[in-house]
Amino acid sequence: MTDGSSGARRALRQAEPVRFSRILAVAGERGERVVTNDDVAGPIDSSDEWIRQRTGIVTRRYAAADVDVLDLAEAAARKALDAAGITGADVDVVILSTVTYFHQTPAGAAVLAERLGATPAAAYDVSAACAGYAYGIGQADALVRSGAARHVLVIGAEKMSDFVDPTDRSISFLLGDGAGAAVVGPSDTPGIGPTVWGSDGAKSQAISQTRGWADLRAEPTAGWPTLRQDGPTVFKWASFQMAPIAAKAMAEAGVEPEDVQVFVPHQANMRIIDQLVKQLRLPDSVVVARDIADTGNTSAASIPLATERLLAEGQARSGDLALQIGFGAGLVYAAQVVVLP
Amino acid sequence: MAYTSQEILEGLAEIVAEETGLPTDAVVSEKSFTDDLDIDSLSMMTIVTHAEDKFGVRIPDDEVKNLTTVGDAVSYIEGAQAA
Repeated sequence: MTDGSSGARRALRQAEPVRFSRILAVAGERGERVVTNDDVAGPIDSSDEWIRQRTGIVTRRYAAADVDVLDLAEAAARKALDAAGITGADVDVVILSTVTYFHQTPAGAAVLAERLGATPAAAYDVSAACAGYAYGIGQADALVRSGAARHVLVIGAEKMSDFVDPTDRSISFLLGDGAGAAVVGPSDTPGIGPTVWGSDGAKSQAISQTRGWADLRAEPTAGWPTLRQDGPTVFKWASFQMAPIAAKAMAEAGVEPEDVQVFVPHQANMRIIDQLVKQLRLPDSVVVARDIADTGNTSAASIPLATERLLAEGQARSGDLALQIGFGAGLVYAAQVVVLP
Repeated sequence: MAYTSQEILEGLAEIVAEETGLPTDAVVSEKSFTDDLDIDSLSMMTIVTHAEDKFGVRIPDDEVKNLTTVGDAVSYIEGAQAA
């Protein structure tokens, strides 16, 4: 396979793979303002009781007006880097999962990398809504094990309150602001099970923004896009079609429900969480993340925020096996079993 | 092997009882899921999913809002299994 004229070609070298990866640290940042059900019930002619009964949410958190999604991401990322004992300079890739950053170009991840002192780390945004963090962990695992990166910073950050319509009864009252970040790096032992992920674009309208940018260009007075969902359809899909995905993530990781100590589903609705627990037949010993009660649905941030909280409150411990699953607009989903940092 | 309407009603009553805690004999044809049985849209989706599994039929999400009474659901399932 040489060209004959200029001698033997040098052998191509590929990156040396690393056997295992793990999450080295998880951290979070919540919006500072506590927003009660009474605060959001008026414009949707609802009540604290109705919202609690339908969603399990008691309060959610909104970030201050002068705090944007990158500010939330930066705060969470700095805590995660500190907890992992590394600095921005040690980061090779920054993956920012968000659907609430105002710029399609440039990606928020590059701006964030610069703020964190991570330049020239590779940096890109992921648009996978509420599955964004689990998508990011799947990518980080692959990047680290392939040898493409040593440390990958995965951030799920959302300022959902920027896309809320106070009169919308479908999704707005669920939403909150926050960011969660994880550092993924090489490991001597297995730390991230295979990611089971996918999409179903046939249900693209089940959760979406009310109008696209082209519509807004054509009709500038149409109003700012906000989020809408077909609640019952999403509930049915999330509760009954995501359980087999989570079960598959356990099977591919070679573990059974009784091997798992912690279950961290995307914090979409307490009733979805309850139904997933039931469908998965998780033993009572499994600690189930229910951060939604006072954080609301923070989309890509919900899994790392819930994980960070369980660890901080001592409900989960370093080394525990956690089953995590994200699912949302796309529709998209991703699940994996991870060892908690 | 199709289920009779009586068998569907009985099966559906068990599913509703499991989801809501209501006694099975409260689940009769003329009762409205929302107005009489106090079943909200999310619980309705759970009931529909279990009914699909039990009777081997497909009930599209868009169809669920048309199932006002228990009898509506029984008729739909009966028709769907024939299809």
